[in-house]
Amino acid sequence: MIILMEARNVGKRFGGLQALTDVSLTIRKGEVYGLIGPNGAGKTTFFNVLTGSYTPDGGEFVFNGSELPSGKPHKIVGRGIARTFQNIRLFRDLTALENVMAGHHIRTKAGVWGILTQNRFTREEERLTTDRAYEMLKYVGIERFAHTVSKNLSYGDQRRLEIARALATEPQLLALDEPAAGMNATETAQLKVLIEQIRHDGVTVMLIEHDVKLVMGLCDRVAVLDFGRKIAEDVPAEVQRNEAVINAYLGGGKHAA
Amino acid sequence: MNELVSAVPWLGKRNPMAARWLIIIIAIAAPIIAMQFGRSWVRILDFALLYMMLALGLNLVVGFAGLLDLGYIAFYAVGAYTFAFLASPHFDMHLPFWIVLPLGAAFAGMAGIMLGFPVLRLRGDYLAIVTLGFGEIIRIFMNNLNYPINITNGPQGINGLDSINLFGWDLARNLQVTEDISIHSLYLYYYFFLACVVGSIIFVQRLQISRVGRAWAAMRDDELAAKAIGINTRNMKLLAFSLGATFGGVAGCLFGAFQGFVSPESFSLMESIAVLTMVVFGGMGNIAGAIVGAFTLALLPEILRDVAVPLQQTLFGHVLLDPEVLRMLLLSLAMILMMLLRPSGLIPARARYAHPENLHRSAAE
Repeated sequence: MIILMEARNVGKRFGGLQALTDVSLTIRKGEVYGLIGPNGAGKTTFFNVLTGSYTPDGGEFVFNGSELPSGKPHKIVGRGIARTFQNIRLFRDLTALENVMAGHHIRTKAGVWGILTQNRFTREEERLTTDRAYEMLKYVGIERFAHTVSKNLSYGDQRRLEIARALATEPQLLALDEPAAGMNATETAQLKVLIEQIRHDGVTVMLIEHDVKLVMGLCDRVAVLDFGRKIAEDVPAEVQRNEAVINAYLGGGKHAA
Repeated sequence: MNELVSAVPWLGKRNPMAARWLIIIIAIAAPIIAMQFGRSWVRILDFALLYMMLALGLNLVVGFAGLLDLGYIAFYAVGAYTFAFLASPHFDMHLPFWIVLPLGAAFAGMAGIMLGFPVLRLRGDYLAIVTLGFGEIIRIFMNNLNYPINITNGPQGINGLDSINLFGWDLARNLQVTEDISIHSLYLYYYFFLACVVGSIIFVQRLQISRVGRAWAAMRDDELAAKAIGINTRNMKLLAFSLGATFGGVAGCLFGAFQGFVSPESFSLMESIAVLTMVVFGGMGNIAGAIVGAFTLALLPEILRDVAVPLQQTLFGHVLLDPEVLRMLLLSLAMILMMLLRPSGLIPARARYAHPENLHRSAAE
C-alpha cells in the first residue's frame, strides 16, 4: 500500500474554539477515504487546512513523500490536491465549459507576451484546454450543457460541474465536501457511480459526507471526527460498531450520563 | 471586433458583414463629418478616442478582474507627466516619441503594481476608497512637487510638450499631399489615435480569451473558489492593475503630446469617476460596452453645450443653467435611469472566454 497523503498532528484553533486537535490520518493511493462526524466536528476545517485556505497551528501534511506548503492554495493545487465546496462555488457568469477551462489554469503556461502576440504555443495550448474541458464535461455527463451559463444549471449538474472543474486541475487527490448534500436518491446513486469511476481512473478520493448509505457503500476506510479529534479510523463496517462513534452520533457515554 | 459588430442594433445579428463595414466606415468618416460642424468637433472626437483607451484599460481592472478602481486617472497622469518630463523644454529633454511612449507605459504599469501591493487584501468599498486616495496622492504630488526642487512646475503645469513625431513625420503639422491638398493635423491625430484604439481592442480581446482572462473572471465571480483551483490571485490582481495602468499610461502620453500642455487639474477625481461612468454606462466587462460608453459620454456633454445655451436663450431669453451644471445634472439623471432600466449597461453582452473556433459544433446551443 502506497501512502499518498499523511496528516501529522494537525491542529487549528479559532480564538477560544479548538477546531482540530492533533488529527493524524493517512490516505492510501487509490482508495476512497471517508471523513465523517457530527455537525461542527471539524471536517470542513480539516479540508480548509489541507487545501491551504487556513494555515494550521500545528502539525503538517505529507503528500507524495514531501511536506505540503501551508497557506498557499495555488501551490497545493499544483502539487495535486483539488477540492469542491459544501455550498457550491462555481464561477456563476461563466459557462460550464469556461468554468472547466478556468480549472485547467494551473496546468497551462502561456504568459502575457504569448497571449498578446497569440504565438503558436499559446494557440495550441488554448485549443488543448478547450478540448480537455469538453472531455471533462463528458466525463461527468453534462457535456450537453457546455455552453450554458453555470448559474442556470440545475443543482445536481452544478455539483457535477464543480467536480469536473476540480478534475481539470489534474489532481491525484480529490477532496469532495458533502457532494451528495441536497441530492435525491437517484442523483446520489449516479454520483456514487461517478466517484467509483474517478477512483477507477486512478484518482484518490477523500470525502466528507453525511449520507451514511453512500459512505458505507463507497468508502474503503472511514475516519470519524468529533469535537476536532479523530475518534476512529477503520473500514466502514468496523466504524459502524465502534462504541465511541455511536456515542458521538447518538449522544450517550459521558454526555448523556 | 465581433463583440462590437453584434452590438450594432438590428443589423448586427442579421448581417454581421454589413455591420462590420458600417463600423469601419463610421470610424473612418467620423472626423470628416465632424469637420463640417467646425474644427473643435474633430478635436472632441480625438479626445473621445483617448477616453476609449482609458475605458478599455479601466474595464480590464473593473470589468474583467472585478477590482473597483476609483483612482484610475492617476495612471493617465503618470503617462502624461512622463511625456512632459522627457519631451518638453521643461527639463530641456526631447526624447523621440517611440522611446517616451514605452517608458510612459512602463512607469504607469509600475505605478499600477505600486498601487496593487497594498490593496491585495481589499475588496469592494474598501478597495474603492484606497484607490481613490491613491489617485488623489498622485495629483497632489504633481501639484506640489515644484518646491524645493521644481520637478512638476506645480499647478501651472508644463507647457510646450513635443508633438507626436512618427519617424520624422510630425502629426502636429498639416500633411501636404500636393500643392493644394493638405490633410489637417487634427485628422492625422484622429487616425493615429484610432489605430491605437484598434490595437488596444485587439490586445484586450486577446487577454480576455486566455488563461489570464479566465483567471480574472474566476477571481471576480468567486475569489475563494479561484484560489481552490490553483489561481495565484495575488499575481493575477497585480497583473490586472499593471496592465490596466499601462493602457492609462499610453493614453496619458498621447494626451500630453496632443494637448501640448499638462497640469494637475486634468487629473482630478471627477475624471476618474467620468471614466468609470463610461465603463458602467456602456456595460461592465465587455469591450463593446467600454467603447460605446466612452464615445457616448465623451460626446454628449459637448453636444449639450452646443445645444443648451442657444435653446435656453430662445426659450427664456437668457441662460438659466450653465452647461457645466446641466451636464452633471443630466449625467446623473442618465446614470439613475440606466441603473433602473438597464442595470447591466447599454450593451449588456456576455463576454466570451473561449475561442469560438475551438468550440465543438455538436455541443453548441
